[in-house]
Amino acid sequence: MPKIFKSTVIDAAVDEVWGLLRDFNGHDRWHPAVAFSEIEGGKYPDQVGCVRNFRLRGGGTIREQLLALSDSARSFTYCILDAPLPLYDYVASVALKPVTDGGRTLWTWRCEFDAPAERAAELVRLVGEDIYEAGFAAIRSVLSGQAASSAGTVRVARARSEAVAAASPGAVVGPTADAISAGAIVVHEYGGPEVLRWETVSAPPPGRGEVRLRQTAVGVNYIDVYCREGRFDLLVPPGVPGMEAAGVVLDAGPEVYGIGPGDRVGYACPPVGAYAEVRTMPADLLVVLPDGVSDEVAAAGLLKGITAEFLLHRVHPVKSGDVVLVHAAAGGVGLLLCQWARALGATVIGTVGSAEKAALARANGCAYPVLYREQDFADAVMDITGGQGADVVYDAVGRDTFEKSCAALAVHGHLVSYGQASGDLEPVDVGGLASKSATVSRPNYGHFIATPQALRAITDRLFEALRTGTIHVEPRQRYPLAEAARAHRDLESRKTMGATILTVGG
Amino acid sequence: MVKVYASSVIEAPPDRVWSILRDFNGLPRWHPLIEASRIENDEPADKVGCIRNFTLQDGGVIREQLLTLSDFDYVCTYSILSSPMGVQNYQATLRLVPVTDGGRTFVEWSAEFECDPGREDELRRQIGQGVFQTGFDSLKGLVGG
Repeated sequence: MPKIFKSTVIDAAVDEVWGLLRDFNGHDRWHPAVAFSEIEGGKYPDQVGCVRNFRLRGGGTIREQLLALSDSARSFTYCILDAPLPLYDYVASVALKPVTDGGRTLWTWRCEFDAPAERAAELVRLVGEDIYEAGFAAIRSVLSGQAASSAGTVRVARARSEAVAAASPGAVVGPTADAISAGAIVVHEYGGPEVLRWETVSAPPPGRGEVRLRQTAVGVNYIDVYCREGRFDLLVPPGVPGMEAAGVVLDAGPEVYGIGPGDRVGYACPPVGAYAEVRTMPADLLVVLPDGVSDEVAAAGLLKGITAEFLLHRVHPVKSGDVVLVHAAAGGVGLLLCQWARALGATVIGTVGSAEKAALARANGCAYPVLYREQDFADAVMDITGGQGADVVYDAVGRDTFEKSCAALAVHGHLVSYGQASGDLEPVDVGGLASKSATVSRPNYGHFIATPQALRAITDRLFEALRTGTIHVEPRQRYPLAEAARAHRDLESRKTMGATILTVGG
Repeated sequence: MVKVYASSVIEAPPDRVWSILRDFNGLPRWHPLIEASRIENDEPADKVGCIRNFTLQDGGVIREQLLTLSDFDYVCTYSILSSPMGVQNYQATLRLVPVTDGGRTFVEWSAEFECDPGREDELRRQIGQGVFQTGFDSLKGLVGG
């Protein structure tokens, strides 16, 4: 009878780890092998005898029954009822113990089963490594993501995952039968701001894993302009632009857990469709907003704040003493970069187009606003730094600034190109980077929020920074949703400063 | 009933740690509080039921009886027969669990006992920190971080 025993030490308090593992139906939130899981027959996941029925990412369905659960021993035991593998009489136990010396956790995972002799070795490896050890790694990764936030108030809503424990069986709200007619901005062909037309569209009832939102505030971002112009294929006409909004959940489809009617939520991601009064979308793209973050702040700051978070903490971790050059320092992302980089101890130089924008950038932590229309910004950076240059340049202007941004770099400097407001970049002369041992990055927003865990790690740190006042966001321009074209015109003509939102209703 | 629990992770394989801990007469070799130890009646130290009679650095004498010894589960259970500590019905368990991830060893040491009311916190601290954690720290020094 093959036996497996695997164990590890997790750098987190035992109750924290138990909080994740105790949920017999929660493994689809953290285990990479599990696509989705549900408890059969409307039972609770902590009801001894309940059966979890889950689909594997690699295909196949497994049914497992909870045989024992102990909150005092922090352990549970379960058996396999049905599996696509010959794991007979499989009984497994998970147990946690505190490591009092250091506040860590011992996690043991063991099992016994019968199997055809010729397959035993293969199954021992599969279960021990692909399930148990992979599970250790996944929990570690979840916890390290959470470590960014001490508050832990943020929940990332996931379709079909969060335990039904909190709700009584059947409390998941079903969809209403009817579509809701509501106003939205529709693009029928690519073009200028004039192609943004106000129309009435239909928001269908939410399907499996979906929710329907009544949106209250919509963020306006430069990427919306690119989509409207057809530069990105995120929007295919006829379509509704926009990737950022906040609102309230109206209703939820089947297999949506952890989020329900009345919850305040926000999002900042494809697919497009945010320029609408009512929207139906996948629940697992949503972030539940903490009390301290208003709908308007979320609409104004989620996409920009997520961008600022990964630019300053992941693409190029800014440290105290760094010299940072921020292009469009008075823009939406620019202001956040100035505030946050300053808080991290960096010296911030920023390019701005007017004295008014210079004053705004300065008030947001930019020590040296440079009026790029009056002064060559690369020269200015060299003057300010005594010829050293900037350790990192955050450049979303693109074509017009790329070359000079390289010139403004210090030796070993890092040019982070994260947009192209002035047009697509020319091919980069890689050989030329050798003159400064320079690094050029082109981060893609989508890659940083590709998984709910990754998104949550970022929004945890972002909401914490908002909560503690490290950064602040406020919409500086508000337009009614129906007047999105005017908002785009102002954005493109560089009239706006800071964040712009579209307001819905009242 | 007072309960004390302490645990740690030793950077050495469980067989190595167990080779030290399974010796019921071996406390002076690894625990800094213990001056000398002998097994009464010249019995072997791995004979379940044997009694170790040891002297503390401060001169106190403690007699403890081996109740369980498992080389299979890495468990040792014992009770105090007599001591200057003022505890009654004292029973303790020392247990190792292999950490397969990294070839390390989880070690836990727990005890249950009765004592005069008002002395619980003092004894819990004295035993948990003074005896158990001190033992862990010393073990780490012997066999690795």
